[in-house]
Amino acid sequence: MNGRALALSALMAVLAVQAPAAVSFSEDIGPLLAQHCVICHGEALQQNGLRLDRREDALRGGHSGPAIVPGVPAASALLKRLEGADGLARMPPGGPLAASDIGKFRSWIDAGARWEAAAAEGDLARDAGHWAFRPIRGPAVPEVRDRKWVRNPIDSFVLARLEREGLAPSPEAAAHTLLRRTFLDLTGLPPAPADLAAGSDLDGLVDRLLDSEQFGERWASLWLDQVRYADSDGYEKDSVRPHAWRYRHWVIQALNRDMPFDRFTLDQIAGDLAPGSTVEQLVATGFYRNTLKNREGGVNVEEFRFEEVADRASTVATVWLGLSLECARCHDHKYDPITQADHYRMLAFFNELDEVDIDAPLPGETGPFLAAKPEFDRQLEEVYGRFRVKELMGPWEEKMLWASRNPGAEHEWDTSWDILDLYVDDGQRILQTPPSARLWREDLVLTEWFLRNYSRVTSKEEYEATGFRDAVEEVHALVDEFPDVSRARAVQTAARPPRSHVHPSGAWDDLGAEVSAGVPASLPPLRGSGPSPTRLDLARWLVSRENPLTARVAVNRVWQEYFGRGLVSTSDNFGLRGDPPSHPGLLDWLATEFIESGWSVKHVHRLIATSATYRQSSRLRADLGERDPGNRLLGRQVRLRLPAETLRDASLSVAGLLYPKVGGRSVRPRQPQGVAELGYGSSVKWAESRGRDRYRRGLYIHFQRTTPYPFLANFDLQERNVARCARNRSNTPLQALNLLNDPVFFEMARGLAYRILRETPRQSFDARLDRAFGLCLARRPTSSERVAMLDYFVRQRALLEEDEETARRWFPFEPAGAGDPTAPAAWVGIGRILLNMDEFVTRE
Amino acid sequence: MTLETYRAVRTRRSFLDSCAAGLGTLGLAHLVGTEGRTAVADGGPLAARPPHHPAKAKNLIFLFMAGAPSQMDLFDPKPGLKKWHGEPLPPSLTKALKLAFIKPTAKVLASPREFSRCGRSGTEISDYLPALQRVADEICLVRSMQTDQVNHHPGQSMLMSGSPLVGRPTVGAWLTYGLGSESQDLPGFVVLSSGRGASGGSSNFSSGFLPSTYAGVPLRRSGDPILYLSNPDGVSRQSQQLSIETLRRLNEENLERSGDRQIASRMASYELAFRMQASAPELLDFADEPQATKDLYGIGQEPTHAYGTNCLLARRMVERGVRVVMLTHASWDDHTNLDEGLRKNCETTDRPVAALLEDLKRRGLLDETLVAWGGEFGRTSLGQLKHVGDKVGRDHHPNGFSMWLAGGGIRGGQVVGSTDELALAAAEDPVHVHDLQATILHLMGLDHERLTYRHQGRDFRLTDVSGRVVSKLLA
Repeated sequence: MNGRALALSALMAVLAVQAPAAVSFSEDIGPLLAQHCVICHGEALQQNGLRLDRREDALRGGHSGPAIVPGVPAASALLKRLEGADGLARMPPGGPLAASDIGKFRSWIDAGARWEAAAAEGDLARDAGHWAFRPIRGPAVPEVRDRKWVRNPIDSFVLARLEREGLAPSPEAAAHTLLRRTFLDLTGLPPAPADLAAGSDLDGLVDRLLDSEQFGERWASLWLDQVRYADSDGYEKDSVRPHAWRYRHWVIQALNRDMPFDRFTLDQIAGDLAPGSTVEQLVATGFYRNTLKNREGGVNVEEFRFEEVADRASTVATVWLGLSLECARCHDHKYDPITQADHYRMLAFFNELDEVDIDAPLPGETGPFLAAKPEFDRQLEEVYGRFRVKELMGPWEEKMLWASRNPGAEHEWDTSWDILDLYVDDGQRILQTPPSARLWREDLVLTEWFLRNYSRVTSKEEYEATGFRDAVEEVHALVDEFPDVSRARAVQTAARPPRSHVHPSGAWDDLGAEVSAGVPASLPPLRGSGPSPTRLDLARWLVSRENPLTARVAVNRVWQEYFGRGLVSTSDNFGLRGDPPSHPGLLDWLATEFIESGWSVKHVHRLIATSATYRQSSRLRADLGERDPGNRLLGRQVRLRLPAETLRDASLSVAGLLYPKVGGRSVRPRQPQGVAELGYGSSVKWAESRGRDRYRRGLYIHFQRTTPYPFLANFDLQERNVARCARNRSNTPLQALNLLNDPVFFEMARGLAYRILRETPRQSFDARLDRAFGLCLARRPTSSERVAMLDYFVRQRALLEEDEETARRWFPFEPAGAGDPTAPAAWVGIGRILLNMDEFVTRE
Repeated sequence: MTLETYRAVRTRRSFLDSCAAGLGTLGLAHLVGTEGRTAVADGGPLAARPPHHPAKAKNLIFLFMAGAPSQMDLFDPKPGLKKWHGEPLPPSLTKALKLAFIKPTAKVLASPREFSRCGRSGTEISDYLPALQRVADEICLVRSMQTDQVNHHPGQSMLMSGSPLVGRPTVGAWLTYGLGSESQDLPGFVVLSSGRGASGGSSNFSSGFLPSTYAGVPLRRSGDPILYLSNPDGVSRQSQQLSIETLRRLNEENLERSGDRQIASRMASYELAFRMQASAPELLDFADEPQATKDLYGIGQEPTHAYGTNCLLARRMVERGVRVVMLTHASWDDHTNLDEGLRKNCETTDRPVAALLEDLKRRGLLDETLVAWGGEFGRTSLGQLKHVGDKVGRDHHPNGFSMWLAGGGIRGGQVVGSTDELALAAAEDPVHVHDLQATILHLMGLDHERLTYRHQGRDFRLTDVSGRVVSKLLA
C-alpha cells in the first residue's frame, strides 16, 4: 500500500467512526447500554456507584465522577472507559465494543446526550442485558429448506443455521459407528455381539439403553465431577470416607429412575428440610459432604469450617447457575453482577449445616443387623471389661473436659482436646454428652479414639501396660464381623446456627456487617416462605420457572457430552466472561423442553440421541474445516476420546471380564506398589479388592484425593477438589504407557484372546479376526487391516517361537485344542493392539 | 497439517523400514498439532515455546524440604534468644502469633547450633550444614520469607500453587505450560521424592485445571521409575516395537479415513512412550558417571545414598532438557526431638545438595539452572513439648523463615532480608511466597501477570492477585 492509499484509508476509518448520521438513543444507545452496561450499572446493582439506566444517574456518574458530560465527549468518563483511554480499566469487561459502537456513543454525547423520555424511567434492564439472565422463552422452531433431514426440532435449529451459512449437514454415520456411538454415549459400554445383529431401529435402541441400569452408571460420573465426589477427605490426612459411596449410589439410582431434576435438586440442597423427609432424601444431602475436610493437626477448626461453607456456596453457584461466586469473596465481582454482599448472602444459606452420619440401610440389611446386635453388645462389653476400658476412660473424659475449660494449662491435654474434633466428626460434642445419653455408635467411635489416643497423655510404659493396642484390634475385629447396615453422610440444620457476616477482606476472621441468606440481587427475587429464606426456598428458587440459568446450564452440560462442547462452550461459566451460545434458540428450546417435560433428564437425552444432528458422521470435511474448524455450527459429529471410566469399562467389557454389578461400595483394583505410598506419611492404604470386585466399572474405583488411581489420573480424572463441569481430553505418552503396559490392561488383552478363542473354536484366522473387530469396534476389518494383523500375527509368532516358555506366560491357559502356545499368545498380542487402537479409545 | 502433507511424510518413511531402524524418529511429534490450545504451537503441548522475555534460567530444580525446616537452627542465627531461653515471652510480643499447636505461653528455645561466617560473602550457616558452608558464595539466602498458612497441606499448596486451597496448577505445571520442555523423550516436569510422603501428596505437583499434560510425573523409587514404563511380563522390546508398528499401520488408515489430527497426535504419543521406555532407563543408569562424581553426591554411602541419587538424577535430567525437576524430601516437621530430627535430615541432604551446586557449576549448567531450596514455612522460636517425656521441638511459623536460591540469574553470595531478634517476624525486605513465585517465573522468562489460564470465567495465575519480582535477588 502506498502512502497516499494509507492516508486515504486512515481518513475513511476516521469517517467511519465519526459517522455523521444522527444517533438515536432508542435505536442505538439504549440497546447498547442495555446489552453491555446495565447489568452491573442498573437497577439491581450499581457497581462503583454508577447507574446507567436513567439519565440523571448517568449524568451524575459514579464514585469516580460524572460519566457523561453532554456535548463534551473528551470529558466523559463513559467514553474513556469504552475506549480504554487514560489507563483506565476498559469497559465492558466481557470485551471492548466495536469501534463503530463506540463511535455512536461519541456522536451521541457530542450531540448533547439526549435521552428519550420513554426510556428515561429505568427499564432498560428489562428484557435486555446479558443473554443468560434473560428469561427462558420457548422459541419458535425455525423453518428449514431440507425438511427431510429433520428428525426432531433440534435439527431444525441446527439446519436453519447451516442453511443460512450455505452449508449442508454431514451424512449419517455408518451403522456400526452409530451403534457404538449410541452405546458408549448412553451406557458407557460398547455394544455386545448380539446387539450388532439387532438391526437398525436406533430410536428403539435409544429407549432401551435409557432404560438400562448402565445409563445411570455412565452419567453419574458427570454429576460426580461437578459435585467433586471422592472417597477421602483430601488435604494432608486424606482420611478415607467409608460411607461416601452411599451418595454415589443415590445418584445412580436417581438417574436410572429419571428422578425429575427439580426433585433431584431439592433433595440434594434441602432434603433434610423437605416435609416428612425420607432417609433417601437425607442421603441426597451427602452432596454437601463432598467438600474437602482438613484434619491436619493444628488447623483452626473455625477457619476451615468457613472454607467449607464458602466451598459449598460456590459449588452450588457453579453447578446450578453456571456462575463463579468465589470471585466476589474479597470484592464485588469484576465481571459479573455479583456483589461481595451477594456472595456472603449465598454463604449464609450453608452456614447452618451440621454434619451428621446416619444409618441408611439398603434393602435386606436391617434384619441381620438387628438379629446380631445383642450379641455384638455382649461381646463388646466383654472386651471393654477385660481391658478395664471404661474404668480408665471415665477419668480421661473428666480431664479432657477440664482441659477444654483451661486452655494452655497442660499442653498434651490441650492437643488431645483440640484434635478430637478434627479426627472424630463431632467428637467434642460427643464427649460433652454424658455416656448414658450417647448413641451407641457415638460411644463406640469415642471409645475407639480413646483407646488409640490415650497414649498422648500417658507415658509409653503406662500405655503399653493397658494393652489398648490389642483392645483396638479386638474392637475392630468385632465391628468387621458384625452385620451392619449401610451408613450415609448427611447434614442437618444446627440447633443454634452461627450468624453470617460479610468478610470484607475475604479472610475467615474478618467480620463485617451481618447478612441474612439471599440470592444475588441481579437474579430474579427469591420468594421465601417465611421472613428469612431457607435452603428449601433456595432449592425451589433454583428450579423455579423464573430462574433463567438452571435449566440452560443443565441441558448444556448434557449436550457437551454428546458433541464434545456445549452450545455454550464455557459450560462452567454463563456469566459475562462466558461464551455466548452458538445456537441461542436451540439452547432455550431444549431448556424449555426440559422444564415442560417435568424436568425429565432422560427426555433431554432422548431428544439429543435421536436427532439427525447427533447421527451425523464425524469425518472432517474440507468445506467445514475452513469455515468452521471448531464445529460450532454442528455440521458434523466429532470424534471424542473416551472418558477414563468408559475406556476402562469398554476394555473390561470386550475382554469379557466386566463384573456388571450396579451400585454399592467402592473397589480397589490392582495398582502398582508405591502409588498409595506417595500419600502423606505413607498413611494411605490400598487394600486391593479380591475376586470379581477388581473387575467393576471405573466409577466404583475408590477415589483417594491425594493419590488417585493412576489410570484415572492419566486419563484426565486427576482431581475432584473443585466443581468441574467438563473434563480435559488430553493425549499423552503416559496414557500410551498405561494402556500398553499396565498389567491390568494386559490381563484384559489376555481375556480378549481367551474369549475370541473360546467363542470361535476351530475357526480360521479371518473368522477370529472378524470376531475380535466385532467385539472391539462393532465392525469387520478392512482388507488392509487384515493384512496388517496377519502380518503381525505371523511375525509375533516367529518372535515367540524362539521362546515357548514366554508364549505360555502370555497365555497361561489350556490352548483351545492346539499344542502350539504361540498362536494363542499372538492373539493376546492382537487383543492388546485392538485395545490400544485410536478407534477403540475413541467414540467416533 | 493437511492430509497431503501427512501422506508426503508417510511416503518418505516406510513403516516397515522404520521397524528395522527403530522407532526413535522425531518426525511426527513435530508435524502434528495438539489439543487445540491456541497458545501452543504445532509440535505438541510440551514443545519448547519462547518465553515472554529473555530467560536467565532454562530449568528449575526445586529442592522442596517438606514439613518446614527450622530456620533458627540452619540459616538465621538468633543469639538474642539465649537470654530468654526457658522463659515465656511477654504476651504483648506473642499475641499476634498464629500457631498450630502450642499456646503463646510456651517457653523460648534458643538454638544450640554454632554458626560460621562462610566464603567471601561471610554468610552465616549452621554447623549442621558443613557442605553447604563450602558453597556459601553460590547461594542467595533469603531470611525474610513469609506465607499466609500455618498448616502443612495449605502451606505446601500456597508455596506450590499460590493458593491454600487445592485445585490450582503448581509452579512446575505453570512453567511447562508456559515454556514447554526441551526434552523430547522425557516428561517436562519430573518429581522425585525421598523420606516420607509429603502432606500435599500429588497436589504439590498437580496441573490443577491446566491439562494433565502439565502435571508433574513422579519418578518412582521402586518398581518402574515411571508408571508402566516397562513392558508387561514376557513382552520383549522387539515385540513391543512390532505391536506399536502394527498399531501405527492401523491408526494411519483411520487417519486417512477420518482426517482427525488427534490420531496423528496419538501415534506420536506412542512413539514418545516407546522412546521413553529406552531413555528413562538410560537416565537412571549411572554407569557413565565417574566414581568421583558419585562420591561427591554420597551415592553408595549412607545416609546420603537416596537423596544423592535424586540430586544426580536432577542434574542428568536438566542436561537432557527436562524443564522442571522437583525433589521433595520429607519430613522436616520436628515438633519433638528437634536436634536429632534436624541432624538426620541434614546428614541426609547436605552433602548431595552442595554436590549438586558444584557439579552443575563445573559443567557450566548452573548459569542456566535455577535452584531453589526451602519448605512451606518455618518454625517457632518457642519450644514445643508434644508429649510427656518428649524431647523439645518447635511448632509451625509462617511470619519469617529462610529459603535460598542459586544459579541462573541469581546474585549468589548475599543475604536478603532479616527477622527480628526473637525470630517472630520478618523485619527487613519481607518476601512473600507469591514474590518468590513471581521471581522464579521472571528468571525463567515469564511475566507472572501475563502467564494466565482462563477457568470458570476468570484468568488465573500462579501468584493469584499479588506477587512482585524481588530485584535484590537478581544478578
